[in-house]
Formats: sequence, structure tokens, C-alpha cells
Amino acid sequence: MTNGRTSNQALPLPAWGIRLESRKVDSETGAIKKMPPPGELIVALKQNIGVPAETIVQPGERVLKGQPIAIASRWGLSVAVHAPTSGAVMAIEERPIPVAGGGTGESVIIEPDGKEERYAGYVAQMNSKRLPPPQIRNEIMEAGIVGMGGALFPTATKLNPGSGIQALILNGVECEPYISADNALLTERSDQVLRGAAIMLAALDCDECLVAVKADMAEAQAAVQAAIDALGDDRISLVVVPAFYPAGGERQLIELITGKEVQAGGLPWDVGVVCQNVGTAAAVAKFFDEGEPLISRIVTVTGDGVGTAANIEVMIGTPIVDLVEFAGGYTDDAAGLVMGGPMMGFSLPHDQLPVTKATNCILVAGQAELDPSVREMPCIRCGECARVCPAALMPQQLLALARGPDYEALESQGLQDCIQCGCCDYVCPSYIPLTSRFIEAKQGLWENHLVSQRSALALRRFDARGERLERRESDRSDELQRQVDEIGPAGEIDADALRQLKQRVKSKKPGDKT
Amino acid sequence: MVAGLLVMAFLSGLLGIVLVISARRLPADTMTVVDQVNGVLPHTQCGRCGYSGCRPYATAIAAGEADINQCPPGGDEVIVALSQLLGRPAKALDESFGLAGPPIVAVVDEDICIGCARCLDACPVDAILGAAKFTHTVIANECTGCELCIPACPVDCITVTENTSQLDARAAH
Ligand code: SF4
Ligand code: SF4
Ligand code: SF4
Ligand code: SF4
Repeated sequence: MTNGRTSNQALPLPAWGIRLESRKVDSETGAIKKMPPPGELIVALKQNIGVPAETIVQPGERVLKGQPIAIASRWGLSVAVHAPTSGAVMAIEERPIPVAGGGTGESVIIEPDGKEERYAGYVAQMNSKRLPPPQIRNEIMEAGIVGMGGALFPTATKLNPGSGIQALILNGVECEPYISADNALLTERSDQVLRGAAIMLAALDCDECLVAVKADMAEAQAAVQAAIDALGDDRISLVVVPAFYPAGGERQLIELITGKEVQAGGLPWDVGVVCQNVGTAAAVAKFFDEGEPLISRIVTVTGDGVGTAANIEVMIGTPIVDLVEFAGGYTDDAAGLVMGGPMMGFSLPHDQLPVTKATNCILVAGQAELDPSVREMPCIRCGECARVCPAALMPQQLLALARGPDYEALESQGLQDCIQCGCCDYVCPSYIPLTSRFIEAKQGLWENHLVSQRSALALRRFDARGERLERRESDRSDELQRQVDEIGPAGEIDADALRQLKQRVKSKKPGDKT
Repeated sequence: MVAGLLVMAFLSGLLGIVLVISARRLPADTMTVVDQVNGVLPHTQCGRCGYSGCRPYATAIAAGEADINQCPPGGDEVIVALSQLLGRPAKALDESFGLAGPPIVAVVDEDICIGCARCLDACPVDAILGAAKFTHTVIANECTGCELCIPACPVDCITVTENTSQLDARAAH
């Protein structure tokens, strides 16, 4: 599709989206730092979209680094979870986890022993690219690998689209300001990312891989190009996308690169594309090359509120308080915590929450970085929001509908296609927090759907029960009829005999014995 | 004169036919109203409205015999939907029929259940799985939380808890 686009010439700018100040420099400088195990790891069992994994360890048990502590549930999309280091399982209990809106999740609490003793159950496999695709997918599932761009979709599922995939796009665009974890990964470990890409290509039975990097990430571009040259794999090429937001959104990126639009409710597969985050590719390579499942990730810790902004490789389950401490602690300016970037991230209530497989960035906002408390004003119908919306929606109209809320209209106007990018908020001259309204409305729409699904199911079952009872009744009367038929026709009733019988009954006095 | 009479006769004949047709139509129309009302009700089938289930209540509403604020499981949303559908004024839930609450689901305590099968017949949606002398269990996904099984159990082993599966499902989304 875009064969040979290996020059640093960026793709043309699309009509939607916005330009944002990068703010990555703070964390960009310097190598990826490796954080030692903290005093306690809180490993949430729900590290993926779908159903949480099921524990296979007991409190008090000793676990080794990389040992599976929970296996994929059979009840839905699910992936395994592993011990990030060796130590003792202290408890299995509900703990607060970092999700939008807050919440808790069952977690395995591990006290590291500092020995980093490795589990021997997984070994490096040098012939990984020649394994049959189903086996590659099984192992990726086994390794607990999910989309590391923050989506947490089980990677193996995404690598099973059937035939007809023309290209694998590796998303290294990272268009949010502040976040530079993928940038750091590509700059330092492009070779690992490309090895993962080759394994993914084998799983997909596909011959083209495009590594997408943003135009203002020169170092990463150079590193990717150098790794491609060193590898000599002509199936893999670099593609440079313009530096604007949200070029890294899956649908947006596919549209930019292929010119094809993924339809509402559709999947990238529909246009012959599979999109994976570069961090996910690195995790795949790590498992096949080193036998290490997904137990750590790179997190950008940044913002005016933290001592030294940096990209830190950290164990899944590390409490954010320890992570911030490792990055030089809070400054006096620290005013708020955000997981993810300033555009699509969500604020955290406190720092006693663990890093999960989705944590790409911890933003410790300073006073100036926090939303100034501007007053929301009425919509003036300027249309700016519709101009920038990457999903081609009419945010001002959705806003009016969300007030009702008129769920039917919201749905037909495409609320579900909103990717919650925040572009509309950013440009709105009336400071309307459109995106949070849409997130709320989506939630309402979803609940609405559930309620009607539930009542439709109840009605179906109620009716089915009615039919069942009717059937039982008619079976009974059929049976009665059959018995009557068996005995034979009763014949004429002898009127005389009947009269005599009646008289006998009448003449009987109460108390008489028959 | 005669021509005039003929025209009159023809017209009344025509009217008669129209009346017959519309008379035939009428029951069909009331049917649709019942169906529409039934479609709005939550199908918890709990009988709290004072009728033996959602459809009988829908029939009573359509016939103008019952008010639209008697379904506690449906709460305000159902009342609003009914008022829009029927053009009747919306009003607060009549709490003499019960209070609106969060969705609930029944749970059989499997250690206590004696396998008497009595709750099976009480459940309006066949959501309890079991056979005589075997421990029963509630299919949580299909339970409407009507609480009709609770009095049916001779050893009081059925309780209700808040149904959080909606939240789980959302998280899974
Ligand atoms: S409506 Fe949604 S997709 Fe469109 S700009 Fe706003 S947040 Fe982004
Ligand atoms: S940008 Fe703001 S003011 Fe302008 S149309 Fe959209 S919502 Fe209204
Ligand atoms: S109260 Fe509501 S849910 Fe219960 S039977 Fe009546 S209409 Fe159905
Ligand atoms: S299991 Fe009990 S509460 Fe649930 S629908 Fe059946 S009878 Fe009602």
C-alpha cells in the first residue's frame, strides 16, 4: 500500500485534529531508567479489557520472577498475569486500581525478596518466526500481553483476524503532549520492536509492516531506520506522520496512512489492517527472545510537580507513590496526578494506586498545568469543534442531545464513534467540557442498552415459560385422553342405575357406615 | 326525490362498511397499545404493580383502569416513557406499590438448599436451575430480581443481593 515510503517526508496534514505544544523534552532527555523492586507490589488481576484472570497462587506462597500467578479466565477475553519479581504472596484482596472514575479490583499483593530469582517455566525460542500462527498466538496469550498503548486489548485476539491482512501498522506515534515512553523505546530498543514485528507478521501471515513515527521524533525515526537497515528485512518500513493530535488514534492513523476509513462500528481488519502499539511488539519479542512474560513496562513520569521527569522501566504493580519517589519525588508545585496524557488521561484520587499494563504516563501536574478554573459559557455555534473532530462528528449537536439525554438521537448521531480525544474541548471558545459530557453520555447509553437487553431477555424467557406451562398442560390432558381411550368408551349411562345410586346416597344418614 | 333517497342509502351503506372496517380495526389498535406499553415495562414480572405480571398491568393501563406510576422496578424512567407514549401526565412513583431500588439478583445458598424444587415453579422467567433432590442455583444473568422465589423456599435459603453484573459488563466493554 505505501511501499517504499521510507523517506522522512511526512504524510500530508488531514483536515481534522489540532497542533499541540509537545512538552516531551522534559522526559525525552536521558536513557530509560530501571527502577528496582519496591517494598510491595500490587498486581491487579484485571490487566485487560474483558474478564480478570483467575489466581492460581495462595497467600504465603513464594513466587518467582515471571511465574504465572493468575491464568486467563474461560469466561471471556482474558490474559494471564505473572509475578513481576520473586517474593512472597502476602494477600489476595480488593485494592484501589487506577481506572477512570475510580474503582477497586482483586489484586495479588507480593512482597519482593530482592533476589530477582527467575521462573524456569518459560524459555527463549530462537525459531519463533517459524512457529505456526496459532502457537504464536497461544504463547502471546500465555505471556499476558495486551495492547500497551493503553487500550489493554488482548494482543493474541487482535492477531487473529483471519486472512486478507495486507499490513501491520506499528503505532509509535504517541501524539499526546508530555508522553515519550514509546519515543524512548524506539530510540533505545528499535531492534527489539522490529523483532516483535517479525513475530507478529508471522502470526498474521502478512508481508508488510509499517512503523509509524511522528514527524517531530527525529531520534526515534533515525533509530528505527537504522534498525531496519541492520535487520535487512524489506517487509518492514518506516512511515512518518505529521506532528499533530490525534494522529496516533488507531482509526486516525489508519486513515492517514492508507487513506481508508474504518467505518463506524467496524474494525481495522475490515480495511485489511492490524494496528499494534510499538511497546506491545517489544513485549512480544521479550517473551520469545528471553522467555520473560509481560511483567514490566516503560512509564513516562513527568510534569512540573515531579523532581526529574524521566522514562522509567518499572514492574507492573509498583505503587505510584514509589514511582514518583524514584523520579525525584514531588516538588512544592505538585497539584494533581493524571494517568495518561493531559488530553485523554484521567485524574487519580491519590498515589496509593499501582502501575498497570495500561500506565503509559504519570503526569504530576504543577499548579500552572492544571486546568485553570475557567467558567463554562453557552455554546455560540461557532462550529470549531466540528472542524477539528477526527471522528467527523458534530460535537455541538451531541452536546445539546446529551442534555436530554436523547439516547436514540445520540446513537444515530454517532456518539459511539467519539474517541474522547478532547480536541473539541481544546478549541471551544466557550470552554465547554464537551468530552467529559460525551463520556458520561456514552456511559448512560451503555446502561440504557443493558437495561433494555435485560428486559428483552426477561420477556423472552417469560413467554417461553408460558409456552412451556401450556405444553405441560396440554401434555397432561393428552395423557388423560389416552387413558380414557384405553379404557374404552363409557357407553350409554344406564338411567335407572343412576337413579338408584342417587337414592342410595340420599337415604344414607350422616354417620352411617358404608 | 328517489334519486336523493338512493344516494342516501348508498352513502349510509358506505358508512356502514367504513364503520364495520373500523370496528374490526379497533381491537387490533388496542392490542398495539398493550404491546407498546408492555414493551416499555421492565419485565421483572414481580407483580408489585398489583397485577399478575407486566402484560396484565399493560392491559390495565391501556384500558385506562390503572395509573402509570405503579411499577417500582421501572421507576421514574418507565413512568416518563409511559407518559410520553400515552400522553398522560408524568407523576411520581406511587410508593404504596413499593420503592424503586438498584437492580437485584437472587442467590441460593447451596449449603442449605434441600432440593425441593418449589422455587422452580415460582420463578416467572425459569431462571432457577435444578431438579428434585439436587441443589438449585440461580442463573444470575437471567434473574430479574422479582423476589417471588423467596417466599417459595421452605428453608429460607434464597436471598437477594445488588446486581453488579451490569457494572462488570460495562467494564468488559
Ligand atoms: S466529539 Fe469526541 S472525537 Fe470528536 S473532537 Fe470531541 S472528543 Fe474528539
Ligand atoms: S466549539 Fe464550543 S462554542 Fe463552538 S460550536 Fe462547538 S461547542 Fe459550541
Ligand atoms: S411492577 Fe413492573 S415489573 Fe413488576 S410485574 Fe408490574 S409491571 Fe412488571
Ligand atoms: S430467581 Fe427468584 S428473583 Fe430471580 S427471577 Fe426467578 S423468582 Fe425472581
